Amino acid sequence: MTDKLTAMIAEKGYLLADGATGTNLFNLGLQAGDPPEFWNTDEPDKIRALYQGSVSAGSDIFLTNSFGGNASRLKLHNAQARAYELSKVAAELGREVADKEARQVLVAGSIGPTGEIMGAAGTLSHDSAVEMFQETAQGLMDGGADVLWVETISAPEEYAAAAEAIANINAPWVGTMSFDTAGRTMMGMTSEGMAEMVAGMENGPVAFGANCGVGASDLLRTIHGFADKADRPIVAKGNAGIPKYVEGHIHYDGTPEVMAQYALLARAVGASVIGGCCGTMPNHLRAMREALDTNPKGDKPTLDEITAAMGDFSSASDGTGDGPKPERKRRGRRG
Amino acid sequence: MSDEQDIILSELSDEELTLQMHDDLYDGMKEEIEESVNILLSRGWMPYDVLTKALVEGMRIVGIDFRDGILFVPEVLLAANAMKGGMAILKPLLAETGAPRLGNMVIGTVKGDIHDIGKNLVTMMMEGAGFEVKDLGINNPVENYLDELENGEYDILGMSALLTTTMPYMKVVIDTMVEKGMREDYVVLVGGAPLNEEFGKAIGADAYCRDAAVAVETAKEYMAKKHNQLGA
Repeated sequence: MTDKLTAMIAEKGYLLADGATGTNLFNLGLQAGDPPEFWNTDEPDKIRALYQGSVSAGSDIFLTNSFGGNASRLKLHNAQARAYELSKVAAELGREVADKEARQVLVAGSIGPTGEIMGAAGTLSHDSAVEMFQETAQGLMDGGADVLWVETISAPEEYAAAAEAIANINAPWVGTMSFDTAGRTMMGMTSEGMAEMVAGMENGPVAFGANCGVGASDLLRTIHGFADKADRPIVAKGNAGIPKYVEGHIHYDGTPEVMAQYALLARAVGASVIGGCCGTMPNHLRAMREALDTNPKGDKPTLDEITAAMGDFSSASDGTGDGPKPERKRRGRRG
Repeated sequence: MSDEQDIILSELSDEELTLQMHDDLYDGMKEEIEESVNILLSRGWMPYDVLTKALVEGMRIVGIDFRDGILFVPEVLLAANAMKGGMAILKPLLAETGAPRLGNMVIGTVKGDIHDIGKNLVTMMMEGAGFEVKDLGINNPVENYLDELENGEYDILGMSALLTTTMPYMKVVIDTMVEKGMREDYVVLVGGAPLNEEFGKAIGADAYCRDAAVAVETAKEYMAKKHNQLGA
């Protein structure tokens, strides 16, 4: 059976996803330091309002307020026992909002990173990570999510652990990584590397892509890197510009107009699910919706055309293609 | 892995062994580093020289390649782990021989902020570079920082924030330190995704550190200045 997300992409060609969760919740009064997931049970009306903001702005799919709803993150608030419960309620509230709409709106169960380091130098084992992800994933599906949405991952090991956890409960999923370090993830993965990893996975996602990161230009470069190797739909969820500290206030420099242009470029480069991330508010989403619906899909831009439109990349290379790769001259190495 | 002959560490000259240790740190080879530290000590090296010439210098090279996007976090963590293996051997000896300490740091994410991965990376890399680090965790009010500073022997305070809403709290901590007349006793380093150099200056920090490698380099520079002042 085809999952709902795949069916919706096939029907519409492209989808508008949602914007920021944190930025919107702070505007609704969330106190810095408090875990946003507590509001699923403490302030459900505000979470409904968060979801409704995206839906009313035209999003086809929105993410639940469960990014930190895993035992590892909740432990920082002595709430590690609530991972399943808070995730389930996050999805139930989403289901309520989505089902009130006349048009079809999908609920994506957000699963964020554990915040711990995996792999050879890490402290979190594969089995523990699978267990934590599965608990969150089960809560989200039991709460009525249409699809699971793993995001802001930087380590391939963590991506694989999430994949295994979700396979264990037999749910469809999307998985995006955050490319914020010289065009790679913090753990060094390139866009091409991610496309290849996803193509080779047994329990792979129905769509993959990039979220958060540095700015619109960098995100589009990452999508560019995926596009040639991608064997399934691509997701682009970039930040509304870069936060700037101006006379005591924080200001994201991405206007709705800039985000509308980013959305068009993301679709032209090859993304079929397009949304925002930090700093992206309903007014940005509305501008993106209108731009996507009133313009034809553009020709795939070159990297130069991307920087001409959206500004320079944060690094000269992103580790892909045939460009010069920095290398260190080594002395002898033991076998 | 390689066509080259296996290297017998104990057969290398001091100079070759030191260079080999730089490579072994680069490759995160903990057991080899431990073996090499013991070899240098058995040849009569002062623990402080083993630390600075072999380990810290090796980590400096790792830091440069991290800064330049040649190495990424996983490789750096393995290198730091190998360094810690060597440090564990040297630590008691350094204390016995009265060697100058590289520096002690208190670090924590500020009040209102629950993000910690960047702070954890800084902690691991600072420890990898030979610093002693007390990690206060997330969501720290000003009292947590000041109590720890007052109750220990510290040189550096590190503060982290990932949120635009929490980064101004760093100024509260610094202002309180000024009020208590203790600001000048410490080097204050700040970091986190939304910060920049301008912000660091505006709130009265000594430096903004773009990433963990820069934090280590900056900490080392300030400690060198401090030692020079003491020596002058």
